[in-house]
Amino acid sequence: MALVRQTSPHARGPNSTQQVMKLVLLAAMPGLAMQTIFFGWGTLINVVWCVLIALASEALILKIRKRPLSFYLSDGTAMVTALLLALALPPLVPWWLTMIGVSFAIIIGKQLYGGLGNNPFNPAMLGYVLLLISFPAEMTQWLPPSGIEGHPPVNGFMEALNSIFPLFGQGVNVDAISMATPLDIVRENSSLTINELWAENPVLQSFGGKSWIWINVAYLAGGLFLLYRRVFTWHAPVGMLAALFIMSTLFWGGTGSASHGSPLFHLFSGATMLGAFFIITDPVSSATSVRGRLIFGGCIGVLVYVIRAWGGYPDGVAFATLLMNMAAPMIDYYTQPRTYGHDKPKKGLPKTD
Amino acid sequence: MVEKTAEETAEPIAPAGEAIEKKSLFGDQSAAKIAWDGLWKNNPALVQLLGLCPLLGVSNSIVNALGLGIATMLVVMGSNIAVSLIRHQVTDAIRLPVFVMIIASFTTCIELLMQAYTYELYKILGIFIPLIVTNCIILGRADAYASKHPVLPAAFDGFMMGFGFALILVLLGSIRELIGQGTLFASMDLLLGPVAENWTIVVFQDYKQFLFAILPPGAFVFMGFLIAIKNIIDKKIEEARKAREPAAQVGSKRVRVTGNIS
Repeated sequence: MALVRQTSPHARGPNSTQQVMKLVLLAAMPGLAMQTIFFGWGTLINVVWCVLIALASEALILKIRKRPLSFYLSDGTAMVTALLLALALPPLVPWWLTMIGVSFAIIIGKQLYGGLGNNPFNPAMLGYVLLLISFPAEMTQWLPPSGIEGHPPVNGFMEALNSIFPLFGQGVNVDAISMATPLDIVRENSSLTINELWAENPVLQSFGGKSWIWINVAYLAGGLFLLYRRVFTWHAPVGMLAALFIMSTLFWGGTGSASHGSPLFHLFSGATMLGAFFIITDPVSSATSVRGRLIFGGCIGVLVYVIRAWGGYPDGVAFATLLMNMAAPMIDYYTQPRTYGHDKPKKGLPKTD
Repeated sequence: MVEKTAEETAEPIAPAGEAIEKKSLFGDQSAAKIAWDGLWKNNPALVQLLGLCPLLGVSNSIVNALGLGIATMLVVMGSNIAVSLIRHQVTDAIRLPVFVMIIASFTTCIELLMQAYTYELYKILGIFIPLIVTNCIILGRADAYASKHPVLPAAFDGFMMGFGFALILVLLGSIRELIGQGTLFASMDLLLGPVAENWTIVVFQDYKQFLFAILPPGAFVFMGFLIAIKNIIDKKIEEARKAREPAAQVGSKRVRVTGNIS
């Protein structure tokens, strides 16, 4: 009998990749539940479909690359990518669109760069941006949240299933019932003051109209849970939220027609909380040093606001994340901490001559 | 030292050199090697990665790609011939400005010709036609090849390099058109006249436009795949070549004569 001699440390830490990914999946559940409550079964169906495709495409590439299947498939990273992408998609996007996005995220965004730990970009956001620039019409068709008068929600499971997979039957006409999100409404507004705008659009008033706030609160709760379990440090989320808060306060514009919306509106709209706690905290593609993470998150917050207020899209978390992913290595070079025994930290690239 | 003096003395006897060149039409290189270099081994688009700007910018449909490919091919050929003709008169110090002027005049000719005969395509390609002048392939071939070789091989080299570039351009164009719009050979009549009006092949009916393939980022992705495929094929060829060679003997050739051999 051969005893494998292991070197210390012998402690079995709780922070294996699998464990961390399980926690992230768990923490996203409140947000997923909220989105399901407000937008019907579509989101849930999308999540399942995305996970299936992600696992299938990961398995395919692992087989081609001759890597062990079960080891990489069971670490849960593909599932987290699929989940994040599914949460970002409108609830009733057709099945082929999801398939293109997820397979692109896993195959090109992750595996072609060398698999887990080697991808410079957040795979889920890469898939999302691909879909957003390729199919702008489908990607902006959000359903009316349930609880709004005059807009019947899509509550039935079969209705949602048939809308996503038209192979089985006729679904609802998403184009006819889709509705602008609050970010869209504020963005497109140029003639009404904020009070008039609020009065005009029921989507911003009733319980259902506050759907985005509830969804963001749910993600905030999930994110705080992850912070409590020390899955990531507070620096990146706080950096992003603080920068977004400062920017939206500086360029608020009051309640006139040129207003970009209040700071609270920006903090609890769109993908702010999902981005702050689940997307920019990706340990692979974000900055690694402590100060680096603050800068990384802060720049994302600024960019998100710039895109929302003056850019061409209603929300900008995905674009901001990808842009800062590109800058993450440089941020790391200039924020290396001082090592013990040295007076000054190393900064910048090593000198070559 | 001896060689240098030999070269110096050889220079005045230029006619002798010309005679040798005339004897073998392509100088020291065979036509097959020039063709192989241009089309595969040293392909300007896949290996040298030259001229990426027009390559990625206009390869969103076959007709655009073919139009720019032919234009580039003609400019490379023309500039190679002209540079080769004047290669003994131009000194090293002024060679680059001279080359650039030659290339610019050929590009202007092509631009005017396209404006005259394929006006629609000329408008679609827009800035990319004048930009042929900045295509590194042309200056590269003029400096590296045409200025050192006689006219015929230089012209053939220009043709093959341009053809290799145009081939990849059209291949990329067809992939992007197929994935982006679901068609092939759409509106070829812009380039080839009314003959080609009905050439459009609709591969997928009711295809939803996949904008990513039509926009420049798609070009980068598909270009990457093309380069990867070429590298795989090269690797396979290399492996096959190695397999054919006899395996070199490994290990010591001395015969062990003492001790126990287990």
